[in-house]
Amino acid sequence: MGMTIGEKILAMASGKEVVRPGEIITAKVDLCMSNDGTTHLNIDIFENQLHAEKVFDPEKVIFIVDHNVPSESAKTAQVHKKMRIFAQKHNIPFYEGTGVCHQIMIEDFIVPGQLVIAADSHTCSYGGLGAFGTGVGCTDFTSVMNTGEIWLMVPESLKFVIEGNFKPGVYARDLILKIIGDIGANGANYKIMEFGGSAVKNFTIDDRVVLCNMAVEAGAKSGLVEPDEIAIEYVESRGRKAKHLYKSDEDAVYENTYHYNLDELEPMIAIPHCVDDVVPVTQIGEVKIDQGFIGSCNNGRIEELRAAAQILQGKKINPYVKLLISPASKAVYLQALAEGLIDIFVECGAMVLNPNCSVCWGSCQGVIGEGETLISTGTRNFKGRAGHPNSSIYLASAATVAASALTGKITDPRGQVL
Amino acid sequence: MNGNFTGRVWKLGDDIDTDIIIPTQFLALKSVEDMKRYVFYPLRPELAELIQPGDIIVAGKNFGCGSSREQAPEILAALRVGCIIAKSYARIFYRNAFNNGLLLLENNELYDSCSEGDQVSVDLKNSQVVLGEKTFQVASIPEDLLQMVEAGGLVPFMRKRNGK
Amino acid sequence: MGYTLTEKIIMRNTGRDSITPGELLNVNVDKVMVHDIFAPFVIEKFREMGFEKVWNPDRIVFVYDHLVPTSFIEDFRHHKIADAFAAEQNIKAVHRADGVCHQLMPELRYVVPGQVVFGTDSHTTTYGAIGAFSTGIGYTEMAAIFGTGELWIKVPPTLKFNIKGDLPKGVFAKDIILRILGDIGADGATYKAMEFAGSTVEGLSISSRMTLSNMAVEAGAKVGVIAPDEKTFAFSGVEGSRLQDLRSDSDATYEKVFEYDATTFKPVVACPSNVDNISDVEEMVGTRIDQGFIGSCTNGRLEDLEIAARILKGRKIAPFTKLIVTPASRSIYAEAAKAGIIGILVEAGAIMNPPACGLCCGRSGGIVSDGERVIATNNRNFLGRMGSPKSEIFLASPATVAAAALEGKIVDPRKYL
Repeated sequence: MGMTIGEKILAMASGKEVVRPGEIITAKVDLCMSNDGTTHLNIDIFENQLHAEKVFDPEKVIFIVDHNVPSESAKTAQVHKKMRIFAQKHNIPFYEGTGVCHQIMIEDFIVPGQLVIAADSHTCSYGGLGAFGTGVGCTDFTSVMNTGEIWLMVPESLKFVIEGNFKPGVYARDLILKIIGDIGANGANYKIMEFGGSAVKNFTIDDRVVLCNMAVEAGAKSGLVEPDEIAIEYVESRGRKAKHLYKSDEDAVYENTYHYNLDELEPMIAIPHCVDDVVPVTQIGEVKIDQGFIGSCNNGRIEELRAAAQILQGKKINPYVKLLISPASKAVYLQALAEGLIDIFVECGAMVLNPNCSVCWGSCQGVIGEGETLISTGTRNFKGRAGHPNSSIYLASAATVAASALTGKITDPRGQVL
Repeated sequence: MNGNFTGRVWKLGDDIDTDIIIPTQFLALKSVEDMKRYVFYPLRPELAELIQPGDIIVAGKNFGCGSSREQAPEILAALRVGCIIAKSYARIFYRNAFNNGLLLLENNELYDSCSEGDQVSVDLKNSQVVLGEKTFQVASIPEDLLQMVEAGGLVPFMRKRNGK
Repeated sequence: MGYTLTEKIIMRNTGRDSITPGELLNVNVDKVMVHDIFAPFVIEKFREMGFEKVWNPDRIVFVYDHLVPTSFIEDFRHHKIADAFAAEQNIKAVHRADGVCHQLMPELRYVVPGQVVFGTDSHTTTYGAIGAFSTGIGYTEMAAIFGTGELWIKVPPTLKFNIKGDLPKGVFAKDIILRILGDIGADGATYKAMEFAGSTVEGLSISSRMTLSNMAVEAGAKVGVIAPDEKTFAFSGVEGSRLQDLRSDSDATYEKVFEYDATTFKPVVACPSNVDNISDVEEMVGTRIDQGFIGSCTNGRLEDLEIAARILKGRKIAPFTKLIVTPASRSIYAEAAKAGIIGILVEAGAIMNPPACGLCCGRSGGIVSDGERVIATNNRNFLGRMGSPKSEIFLASPATVAAAALEGKIVDPRKYL
């Protein structure tokens, strides 16, 4: 009986030939990362409860300030200061204001075959490069930071076979929203979502990350795409080498297999306040919006910015709508600048933010008020996530957000894109 | 305007700026009542609890320098501070204070003679401030400004103009 | 007897043949500006006063800049209230995310030379740079103007600052105004008009002149005026021939005239926590800093970003040090992007924020905690202005800030120029 990619990575990490779903293993971690959402707590536990003196490997523990950048209060600034002091003391990689943690990890650290633990739920993004990434809480994380090891239960795998081609105006974002809508917010609880099929083979890394990033929104432990030439080229162009290029065996066991045909997919939207309450944009009716957001670890990369720019070029957004655009990293920002996309955004009336979590995290930039409606490319539309408890968040693609910012109401982007 | 009153002194220094009186971070609170709790927050956060109606703030030069934020005098008026006696005032604050019914008096010597907690008496009719045995002259306030303070500020003044 | 520029603007406005400092008179208001923090208060007072219609909707400009982007749940309330009022009163000039009010007012030509303008913000003195009489007022007085179109003022006496000679390398308008503030003190011009003149001032760009006028209020001044010239007329798009009289007469009466030789000027910093606590940069070299800030109505313009880019080009800011850059307006951001300036700044490690007040107003955009030090191009270094009361703020030119960010400590910017 064969193994899936996820099982193979976990077997390798735990020094075993074979692992099976349900088995509890102790695994060696390739990298661990923590951001300013929780690191102050991790440092407290590390220093005051574990009384630890050293991190397991200063090259493998990464701190990234991305949630409240630039900070909006002395309290969050205090968290950043604490991270800076710890990073200096332990001589670990430290980033501040350079981008959303998961995008930085993908650009600078992740390679196929790794096991990566981070104190953030969207760590599953790294599956886009064929690495097993999963998010943990503070206690788990602190222990990993100290020992480089973690216990894990080997999850079942679900397979998503994607065929066909996107129609204009339809994106990977619409696909993952559609999948989560179909299987539900707990449809992959504790499982691995493995994305494959002829369509995914042609997906860019950006699109693969879009799929894996939101796996956690269906409850998954991780999302994974088989690493191939596209993944190899991505890491090698950044001066890194793949650790292992695992493929799922022909006879690997999946708990369930789902089939999707992109030719049939249309723009999708998650309506308040659940990520799995997903409908086609065409069925949404007249919904006025107050704010649009393009960014986040899910949808703030160059391809999404290009899609938005294509719609916004030479136009002005609705005067009553705020459109906030936060490229996912400094590299993405510079690329967008070089391609003239930043100019397009500034001229259409959008606010171009520094790379950070921003509206998706609901703090420090673009916080929405009582009764306001946001359409966002972020990861979650939970009640109150972007500000006041009585506000509403819709999740859609960058193109749908851009089209909606022009009209002031939720708008199907098709017809506005080539 | 009621010409005589006595109050307890809170003593502050030179250049008490508007950001000390009320920091920007609290300016989006819904009401002056909410902001009141943060008066002098960067410098002496405890004062918000301690200042009682009728108390007098004695300060050095250039009181109220900085921003045009009118919450600064409005909060002091809402705390029902009896008056402020400073060596000098910044211009925008000066106008804002009278427009909000907050009385400002100017005197150069009182500051160096008094201590926090002293009782000071104000006699507006004679433009005098009395501390123990000592008497200090303050610049007289034009009658129309005093009337505006007494009326509660510029808003009631305008209402009257508009026949409301 | 002659008149000063300030007096002449007031005379034009009131139709008077003569005026004297100290005189109280009513002026006709040409333009007013209200920003988002105070809009709800102006509107509330306007209604309390019993007014129903504003005197002239075309003379009112709303700018949302202090609470942009919104950082806290209640921030949006200010924008909603102002939006509703603007719609009700037919006020068309509403800028929701275009930059700092004092940059937009002259840049978009809402204010032009010779006008009398009030704003609910102390740095309204900025427009003096293009020869307007402009000053900050509270929201109650603004509400009264909304209703009546008039305001009483006291004619201020004028202090003249005559600055001559070429500025040395590494010295900018910011260094001039900080130096003046150090000399006359934070109350050195209270209730007075500051007038900047002389060959140095004539040689400055409009942007640099705005830096001077902007900080006049830090000396307590009511206005900080500069006689308009061909540069001004071109900037404001007005016919200069009708405005030739907008300059002080040779026999005007000044309360005092200060003479400066610009060739002796050096880069300076305002040390914590007063704007008039001035030291030469040379004396402060080595002072550790944690964060730099380039932006605000004082120094967030294209030439400011340009000089920072010159210093940062091909270099990286110091590890564990931040540099936050916030252009003063949307068009500045766009121009800087096109000119390659933004690329240089971001490559060097700067955090680029959208045009707004940002860190200067201390609401968001890089708030600091206990023990942190900021060097910034804005106008105030008051205790706790950027966060913790236990933090410290130094004020300097964009060149000095950029150089400090490179080394994580205050250094002489001239070595990078």
